Amino acid sequence: MISQTTSGKRKRFNQRLMFWIFRILSLSVVGVLLVILSFIFIKGIGVISWDFLTESPTEGMTSGGIYPAIIGTLWLIAGSMIFAFPIGVLAGIYNQEYATWKPLKNLIRIMTNNLSGIPSIVFGLFGMALFVNKLGFGDSIIAGSLTLGLLVLPVVIRTTEESLAAVDNTFRHASLALGASKWQTTRKVVFPIAFPNVITGLILSIGRVSGETAPILFTVAAYFLPKLPTGIYDQVMALPYHLYVLATSGTDIETARPIAYGTALVLIAIVLIINILANVLRNYFGKKFKVK
Amino acid sequence: MKRRRSLFSRLFEKIIEGTLTISSTVTSLTVLLIIIFLFKEGFSLFSDKPIENDFILAVNKSNPTSNLKPEQIKDIFDEKIINWKEVGGFDKEIKTFTINDISKYFTDAEIGENFEFLPQKINELVTEEKAIIAYIPTKYLSTDFTGKKLDIGNVTLGNFITGKQWFPTAEPVAQLGVLPLIMGTLWVCLGAILLALPLGLACAIYMSEVAHIRIRNILKPMIELLAGIPSVVYGFFGLVIIVPLVKQMFNLSVGETALSGSIILAIMVLPTIITIAEDALRTVPNSMREASLALGATKLQTIVRVVIPHSILGITAAVILGIGRVFGETMAVLMVTGNAAVMPHSFLQPIRTITATIAAELGEAPQGGLHYKSLFALGCILFIITLITNLLVEWISSKRRYAHK
Repeated sequence: MISQTTSGKRKRFNQRLMFWIFRILSLSVVGVLLVILSFIFIKGIGVISWDFLTESPTEGMTSGGIYPAIIGTLWLIAGSMIFAFPIGVLAGIYNQEYATWKPLKNLIRIMTNNLSGIPSIVFGLFGMALFVNKLGFGDSIIAGSLTLGLLVLPVVIRTTEESLAAVDNTFRHASLALGASKWQTTRKVVFPIAFPNVITGLILSIGRVSGETAPILFTVAAYFLPKLPTGIYDQVMALPYHLYVLATSGTDIETARPIAYGTALVLIAIVLIINILANVLRNYFGKKFKVK
Repeated sequence: MKRRRSLFSRLFEKIIEGTLTISSTVTSLTVLLIIIFLFKEGFSLFSDKPIENDFILAVNKSNPTSNLKPEQIKDIFDEKIINWKEVGGFDKEIKTFTINDISKYFTDAEIGENFEFLPQKINELVTEEKAIIAYIPTKYLSTDFTGKKLDIGNVTLGNFITGKQWFPTAEPVAQLGVLPLIMGTLWVCLGAILLALPLGLACAIYMSEVAHIRIRNILKPMIELLAGIPSVVYGFFGLVIIVPLVKQMFNLSVGETALSGSIILAIMVLPTIITIAEDALRTVPNSMREASLALGATKLQTIVRVVIPHSILGITAAVILGIGRVFGETMAVLMVTGNAAVMPHSFLQPIRTITATIAAELGEAPQGGLHYKSLFALGCILFIITLITNLLVEWISSKRRYAHK
């Protein structure tokens, strides 16, 4: 009897010890996040000013602002979304609402999963081989946008599928029972309910596009370009590539450090605001519509 | 009237369905296109010789050696191999000749003002010097050349995978061995997984089994934020924090090491492992936990003996997916691992990964050249590895679905 209670005590002690270890390790993961964010924030906030955001780099990128890089990133976001969003949403609708033949459905799912697992540098290689060289776009916004668009296509497809799947079947049955066709049901009943969540996918993929560097290395990004692009066949600077250049291969890396911190802060701020926005939207609409 | 409208709307439905079908095939088409383009460029490498197109290597006619391996040629011109005996030839000290050595062998008068006598002079040199090996541009090859042209074989897949030297632009013969890059990738990958796995699993278990739901609701979005930070920012952070730290801690001359890469990659891969492992843990039905607790097991025992074994497939999927992520990560490793293409033998030395090699060198490789093609071949290796990891995960999750039924 006595031995049982001592072993019980030991068990309870073990459990408490292990749980504390789990707790501490989990907190350290969050700690890492906080360290990275606060470090970049503290180092970068001093550089941020209106001029920093609206001026071109000067003196071999050791002073001045990052305006062309911000504009370039906006171009790339717009370009890739124009391509990826419609196709991704339509593909998502097909997979969720229309596809009935199981093998085809499975094949599409496996291909989509594979596409999302391919390393971004391979997208860069592919974009260079197809868009830059084969189709002759050269290093241009259109080549970079298409490459980035393909990269985020799986994200858009998957969120569309998931948000459509969350719509209760009773909506579909009611609409069909009233004599509406399949497309009418999808367009007027199912899609409007799923729309807020679809938008979440759009926002998430914008976050992804604005931070990717490897796919644009050889398809669009310019080392330094003081003028703004005038059309889709121009090269642009982009925030993530600009940060890479400032950090590793600028004319004077040490003097450019403050600018690099500032650029990193702007980049993180954009990406985090986008992610938080997506989360808030998801929670807000999730509560409002009470789907599923 | 009514019938025509219904005919029209039926046609409309068909058109819509067609459009949707086409959109849904875009991803499959993309994967197919990636395979075609990557492998077309990559595999054309193996029909090329690792020597510049308009150059040849020649030896004296009496020299019994007729073919040399790329590594041997490099060693000869680097003067690491100095006697023909070492490559299975006759016992003579090797003399090398490249176009840069003209002034060493000939006077300006001998070759003429516009190099018009150079082909003849080179021919004489190769004919007279029994132990010479000459690297000659074909335009300076005389029509009655009497030397023996060395046979340089095509790049082979075997040499490409097992070669230990990566000097894609080396003269006279490019060294295309990707083993150091593959090993570099494996080392960084191994380090990252070793660091991230215990941390990630502990975090997943804590979030799914131990933490109060309110704490979980705070932790989860934070970990998603961690996944949202761009890799170039991680690279920058690693460059300014981790690299100096590693340098100081281990008293090294450079901080850009495999270890720095592993640390950064471990941080980057944590969200993947945590999210997927946590999902797997949460699919364990509560009735199983309750049954275990009812039998008198503690919570910890329930976790270790019931919850983890039941979700082991999902946890494996998390690990494999994590490995896939680490393999494909580019910018962060490019910035913190030091980029030295040597065979790694310690975590505290600079190494170079497959991805970093592509990112660093593709910009300088002339399109369609040997270097360009070899980088695409590296891309093929990456693609195959990630394809395998993806299919593995696919297979595991189909097994899981089956097991849950």
